[in-house]
Amino acid sequence: MNPVLYLAQRGTAAILGFAVTIHLATMIYATRSGLTAGDIFVRTKDNWWFLSFYALFVLAAAIHAPIGLRSVLREWTSWHGRSLDIAMIGFSTLLVVLGLRAAFAVFLA
Amino acid sequence: MTAETSKPGVAAAAEALTVRVWRGAESGAFQSFQIRLRANQTVLDVVTEIQREQDATLSYRFACRVGMCGSCAMVVNGRPRWTCRTRAAAVAEADVLTLEPLRNLPIVKDLAVDMEPFFEKWRKAHGYFEPGEDAAKDFALVSPDEPGRREADAGVECINCGVCYSACDVVSWNPDYLGPAALNRAWTLVNDVRDQGQDARLDAVSGDAGCHSCHSHMSCTEFCPKTLGPTFAIAGLKRATIGRALRRKG
Ligand code: SF4
Ligand code: SF4
Ligand code: FES
Repeated sequence: MNPVLYLAQRGTAAILGFAVTIHLATMIYATRSGLTAGDIFVRTKDNWWFLSFYALFVLAAAIHAPIGLRSVLREWTSWHGRSLDIAMIGFSTLLVVLGLRAAFAVFLA
Repeated sequence: MTAETSKPGVAAAAEALTVRVWRGAESGAFQSFQIRLRANQTVLDVVTEIQREQDATLSYRFACRVGMCGSCAMVVNGRPRWTCRTRAAAVAEADVLTLEPLRNLPIVKDLAVDMEPFFEKWRKAHGYFEPGEDAAKDFALVSPDEPGRREADAGVECINCGVCYSACDVVSWNPDYLGPAALNRAWTLVNDVRDQGQDARLDAVSGDAGCHSCHSHMSCTEFCPKTLGPTFAIAGLKRATIGRALRRKG
């Protein structure tokens, strides 16, 4: 891992710590206060705060997870080198696509 | 008092000790020896006694016997230790001592490992002083209180024993990992104001073999017989390499 990857992983960890807390707190609040799916969509539709928050969340996860997974795979398997890096870029792209697709789906619902 | 206790260095009750010693190289087996443990006998003394009195073919390594040379490290009952400064009575469990060669290094024979990869990584981490092209024209004045001097002092007493290297799981998982001792040495040099090779050194300790791969799980610091803290030295290298990466971008 080079210093830039290391810094990216630590920096995104800080963002994720904050984002996961807000995400969980909001979910608990929404389910405890008896909001229906319809009520939730009314609040999230066209809500730019919602979209920006989840876009940041998704991007942080898409940077953080592949760097960690790369280290785990390097340590626990014999998979090293270029092909691993390319696979991790692919994994990151997948997280971005799936995550943003979900966030947009709720934003546009 | 029995006649035995009146002999200097003989324990009041010489205890029977079973010593299981690794024999062979990567493949091999444990061989058991029985000895009468004497007072204050070190693990190294036990090995020497076995070699002199029971089996002259037993191979192991030592030099100073006083905790200075770093050549006598072995794995004792599962933990890496400097055997010349470890009393057998203190570490025997149920009167059994199991002795193995250090982990993470090729075994030459019995308890002797090949330290070459350990020292090779020391070189790869630029763990040597770089005086630069025009070596100091004048004395460098370094006050003992300077933060850099303190950082260097904290790690400079390493005796190259390899105990930390043997204790580090990351070395087992990633054989290229430079390991705690080499990185600790690099950190002492990063804090040496006279050294002119910092850029190359910080490059050398970055990357998948370098400081960023350390999991900070502290085994090295736990086992270092000189009570150094390679984990903290490695944290220092992480800060230094990141500081440099940010300055370059900025
Ligand atoms: S703190 Fe780092 S160098 Fe020390 S044993 Fe753990 S992984 Fe190895
Ligand atoms: S850091 Fe400690 S354990 Fe590691 S080689 Fe040096 S003295 Fe031995
Ligand atoms: S023999 Fe020198 S440190 Fe143990």
